[in-house]
Amino acid sequence: MKISEYIKKVQNKEIDIVSYTKEVLEKIKKLNEEYDCLIEISEELALKQAEKISKDPKGKLAGVFVSVKDSICVKDVNSTGGSRILEGYKPPFNATAVQNCVDEGAIIIGKTSQDEFGFGAFSVNVGVEYKIPKNPIDKTRATGGSSGGAACITALADFPHISLGESTGGSIVNPGSFCGVLALCPTYGRVSRYGLIDYGNSLDKVGPIGKTAEDVAIGMETIASYDKKDSTSIDKEIPNYLEKLNSNINGMKIGLIKESLDSGTDKNVKDVFNKQIEFLKSKGAVVEEVSLKKAIDYGIAAYYVIGTSEASTNLAKYCGMRYGKEDELKGTFNEYFTNVRSKYLGDEAKRRIMLGTFTRTSGYRDAYYIKAMKIRTLIIDEYKKAFEKFDVLISPTTPMIAPRFDEIEKMTPLQHYMADVLTVGPNLAGLPHINIPIETETMPVGFMVTGNHFD
Amino acid sequence: MDVDEKLVKDIAKTARLNLTDEEVKKFTPQLKEVISYFEKLDEIDTENVKMSIQPVEVRNVLRDDVVEESYSNELALSQTKHKKDGYFKGPSAL
Repeated sequence: MKISEYIKKVQNKEIDIVSYTKEVLEKIKKLNEEYDCLIEISEELALKQAEKISKDPKGKLAGVFVSVKDSICVKDVNSTGGSRILEGYKPPFNATAVQNCVDEGAIIIGKTSQDEFGFGAFSVNVGVEYKIPKNPIDKTRATGGSSGGAACITALADFPHISLGESTGGSIVNPGSFCGVLALCPTYGRVSRYGLIDYGNSLDKVGPIGKTAEDVAIGMETIASYDKKDSTSIDKEIPNYLEKLNSNINGMKIGLIKESLDSGTDKNVKDVFNKQIEFLKSKGAVVEEVSLKKAIDYGIAAYYVIGTSEASTNLAKYCGMRYGKEDELKGTFNEYFTNVRSKYLGDEAKRRIMLGTFTRTSGYRDAYYIKAMKIRTLIIDEYKKAFEKFDVLISPTTPMIAPRFDEIEKMTPLQHYMADVLTVGPNLAGLPHINIPIETETMPVGFMVTGNHFD
Repeated sequence: MDVDEKLVKDIAKTARLNLTDEEVKKFTPQLKEVISYFEKLDEIDTENVKMSIQPVEVRNVLRDDVVEESYSNELALSQTKHKKDGYFKGPSAL
């Protein structure tokens, strides 16, 4: 059943939403035992919301099940950003994106697993003693990251469902590509970041993940809003995403990012991707190559300097006081603070805090942090120039299919970072981008479309 | 850039992290590899280029200075066991 048909049935009280919610919760529990895609199942909240909808079945998302990345706050439900250091934190408020869903009749089913604070491309950098989610198609492979649990549960769900993910450098489209689902990262500022546990404030975006284009469109229409509580939120008219779904692409000018098909991209990914280009051409689109050399060649370095710099300042507030994990108050402030951070932050969080501390240190700041921010300008200019000629830009989403866990174990941190090579560009430039899954006989391949700001 | 164990220990101290000897040994080559890679940015001339602090232009948002309802003292303290007389309680400053 299409999600729009389901919503209509709920609104017309043709579905017993309370018993259906119970059924869905049982399904989720079973799936989670097998795939570890959720950190927490919010059973009590879901049933309470279902009761409410059964009496007053209103809203754009009436009765739709919504899972939320752990780094997005849900009122009174553990929200830890996938980190042990925030264990026990139950926010006294909803993130704006979550509140928008609740106001439109959604049922919140739980918090999805992720790399700690979003620090990863495979969801293997989970917090201390958290579980690693497994790929829904092949359990020996990674889900992608950092919104790995979100893409995983979306692929597995056989009920009307949307997941709220979050991207800093590719964390929405990357797991979308590895798990074979649609995943949309909107323009920076389109969706409020209020209630999002920050990774990099100038990079973070909340976006919807779904099985179909319709799921993603309805999700986007619900969460997009101007929000006074987020000073970077942008007050611009929100288009009717659903109406635009079946637009004709005849005559559309598509720029194929030349460098994305260089030697760094696996041959099997290129072959599957190229077949889709033929399909677009057959529908009347005009496909031409475009070079985005700066974005592809320098994006990773610029992104990791900026991202770790921002992350290291954001994570400074986690000190075992006020909320989250606490120890017995012993020693001086610095000793206590250092001890809590050392015990409850994982390896990748420590690495990124150290990298970001280094790049902002007096004497190195100009060479790394300031330099990266200037290169970001050049990358934005490169995209803007491309959009003078093209309506959209395309490339594979990731240079490989979902890797196996034993392959990931052999990779160095820098090799992990390289998985983001095709996604850091639009993230640095704040451009909207979507993963469209291409099914194959084995693992799915991701097809990424990048648009201009607010397109 | 010469990234050695001493530099890693210094950065960790600034970042309020205690690293075990084992962690220092593991992190040093990893951070060295990443920081060397960052040096690639030097290849691009950025003379006269402005920084992009945000990806899209954002304006300063100001509000009127009026008192509004906010979280109660009780709610603000509800997430911690370390509290006293309506305040957060922390370790000694010195």
